[in-house]
Amino acid sequence: MNPYHLIQYGVFLVVLLLCVKPVGIYLYRVFEGKPTALDFLLRPVERLLYRLLRVNPANEMTWRDYTLAFIVFTLCAAGWLFALLMVQSLLPEHNPALLTTPMTPDLALNTAISFSTGTTWQAYGGETTLTYLSQALGLVSQNFFAGGAGLAVGIAFIRGLAREQGTTLGNFWVDLTRAILWVLLPLSVLVALLLVWQGVPLNLNPYTQAATVQGETQTLPQGPIAALESIKNLGTNGGGYFNTNAAHPYENPTPLTNMIELWSIVVLPAALTYTFGRMIGRTSQGWFLLAVMTLLFVVGLGITGLAEQQGNPRITALGVDSTLSTAQPGGNMEGKEVRFGIHGSALAAVTTSNGATGSYNSMHDSYTPLGGMVPLVNMLLGELIYGGVGTGIYSMVMLVLISVFISGLMIGRSPEYLGKPVSVDEIKLVGLYLILSAAVILPLTALAVLLPAGRAGLVTNQGAHGFTEIFYAYTSSFANNGQNFAGLNANSVFYNLTTALAMLAGRIGLATLALALAGLFVQQRCRPPSSGMLPTDGFTFGVVLIAVIFIVGALSFFPALALGPLVEQLRLY
Amino acid sequence: MSANQTSTTSASTNTGIDWRQVIVPAVVSILFFTLLTGLLYPAVITGIAQVVFPNQANGSLIEDASGNVIGSELIGQQFSDPVYFWGRLSATGPVPYNGAISSGSNYGPLNPALIGEEGTVQSRITALEEANAAAGVSVDTAIPVDLVTASGSGLDPHISPAAAQYQLPRVAALRGIDETTLQALVDEFTEGRTLLILGEPRVNVLRLNLALDEQYPVDGGGAAVPSTEAEATAEPTVEVTPDATAEGE
Repeated sequence: MNPYHLIQYGVFLVVLLLCVKPVGIYLYRVFEGKPTALDFLLRPVERLLYRLLRVNPANEMTWRDYTLAFIVFTLCAAGWLFALLMVQSLLPEHNPALLTTPMTPDLALNTAISFSTGTTWQAYGGETTLTYLSQALGLVSQNFFAGGAGLAVGIAFIRGLAREQGTTLGNFWVDLTRAILWVLLPLSVLVALLLVWQGVPLNLNPYTQAATVQGETQTLPQGPIAALESIKNLGTNGGGYFNTNAAHPYENPTPLTNMIELWSIVVLPAALTYTFGRMIGRTSQGWFLLAVMTLLFVVGLGITGLAEQQGNPRITALGVDSTLSTAQPGGNMEGKEVRFGIHGSALAAVTTSNGATGSYNSMHDSYTPLGGMVPLVNMLLGELIYGGVGTGIYSMVMLVLISVFISGLMIGRSPEYLGKPVSVDEIKLVGLYLILSAAVILPLTALAVLLPAGRAGLVTNQGAHGFTEIFYAYTSSFANNGQNFAGLNANSVFYNLTTALAMLAGRIGLATLALALAGLFVQQRCRPPSSGMLPTDGFTFGVVLIAVIFIVGALSFFPALALGPLVEQLRLY
Repeated sequence: MSANQTSTTSASTNTGIDWRQVIVPAVVSILFFTLLTGLLYPAVITGIAQVVFPNQANGSLIEDASGNVIGSELIGQQFSDPVYFWGRLSATGPVPYNGAISSGSNYGPLNPALIGEEGTVQSRITALEEANAAAGVSVDTAIPVDLVTASGSGLDPHISPAAAQYQLPRVAALRGIDETTLQALVDEFTEGRTLLILGEPRVNVLRLNLALDEQYPVDGGGAAVPSTEAEATAEPTVEVTPDATAEGE
């Protein structure tokens, strides 16, 4: 790491933190129905939509109705995308010469569930599988749906903590509409145009055939790339236009686009901490969550950055120069792009794995074992460091609640968070929430390792690294992240169905538990702060929270990590 | 499409769910937002981009004098001929730098296909050293790591300045130009960090090689020489292009 890399990391974090308050206030105003600058344009559209939906925006929903609306919306979106993908080969634009990966029913089902749950795990390469129509009408719009629905659920969860003695959490259709119209759409337009300026293509031209300098023919893929690129990050979906996602120079042509894209991933989840503080009327609580998130982010970044800069000792042993200098990035460059170097790649690995966004810009499969373990651990911890849009805030609050409960037991006070008691019913839901990840990821990983159909996916790497590939696949699916160790051939009936199952469990299961918890909290009174309460925004509580985050994560997953990246790290030296 | 929803079953029982009140908004909102975000949004920004940034929006293509597309300045090309600077290794199949299917190698750090005796790293080291020997130059410095590893996309258009430096004596010898002249050209195509702090310094291989062919053509024509022939010609004589030095001096 040289000063440039530290400055680059620093600039990224400073820009992000400076955006938290203004964006957080904007989100607060949007979801509280207060006037915003875009109202003149969007209010008429909103009113028209409510008429079409036959929804009265003033009708609020209980947590059950809210959850039901979220689930039905997610499943309907999956059904619609499945249908579209199944008929794409019948539509005129389809060119079988370029689209060499057949859209089988299991792949279509996997893709449909993947995008509707915001996972955007891709068992296929976009440029060889999808028509422009599928990319735009199918995938671009699903990115808005999943991002909007996630944001809506996050807001509803916050309302559960913010309100007292109520029964309702808001109206899902209103929250969804406002999330898409006021937040995702305007930001997507802005980011997409910035990306085009920097070189991301945006056209409907057929693939270009270039006659190369050495006299060969090179196919240059084209299409509405920037349109997908902006929303896939803002909606924390992450499914790329191309097989290699944001490593592809057409998706991410310059170090500046790298920064813009990574900013797009974390800006809304980070800003939601301020929105949270504002909605519950105690902004210090929001800043506290942001501080813990940022600290954990920096730790992960440091580990990945150093591990990757260290390089692969086996390559250095062949007489290769892996040292960092002013003329070369050095380090472990297998699977990385020169324009990003080690630290632009490490920043993306840490940001995308925390942000529930699979838009990696380097091949995590080729990372050093420790460097690749950080994204894996980020996902296993529940993507609570900023996290997915909407989902990140409740992932973090779940860990806060466990910490409150444990601290309460230790100091002999009845546990409370924000003046609301955390008693048996609440802690049961939190417990279920936290145990669900292990209950889904570990059995599926074991199943894949045991069955020939699962091991058949190991076409690139074997041994401990092969195990990590499988473990990573289910972790990423459950965490609705979508990034992968791409050496695993996951386009098989076995993986298409089992990863789809993990995605549904991760999306619908976790959201349902979070909303159920919000449904309990919303009925309670908020007791005013008093000196008898455990402060949940101070240094001491921060230490407890971080310890709990790692203990919960480590106890659940340490054995699996030992079988994969840890044993590989020991073998490397 | 929503004609049948007028049938009156609105009296939902206390325990049951009125599915109509859930399904209708779900279906209608998906249709509405599909049109808005899947059709209108891409169409509008495509229109804006085509007017404001036509070059970038169409893939930053590089064309020759007669308008034929040579490539894109953002997408790397395969260079195996020793008279050119070589780019990163590319793991795309079936041929390297296949723009139709981007791919990294996805080799884990201990994969024999990466680090073994027949692995991609060792093969590349051998190829680079043989090319140097054939050109009659010897380079003392160790090979920079980005020159022996595959990029993430398989289409990386850049190499590090160190990787260009390592190849400079070979290219200079084969083109019959002196190294300081070539150094000036390499420097011209070396980009610093974006905004002084972002990313890494880098050399665009395609643009550098195009400039090489234009300013110091091989065989006077600057046209592509298939790599097999080039290796054959590279062996006996180093100064294959004496006429190319005139402009450089």
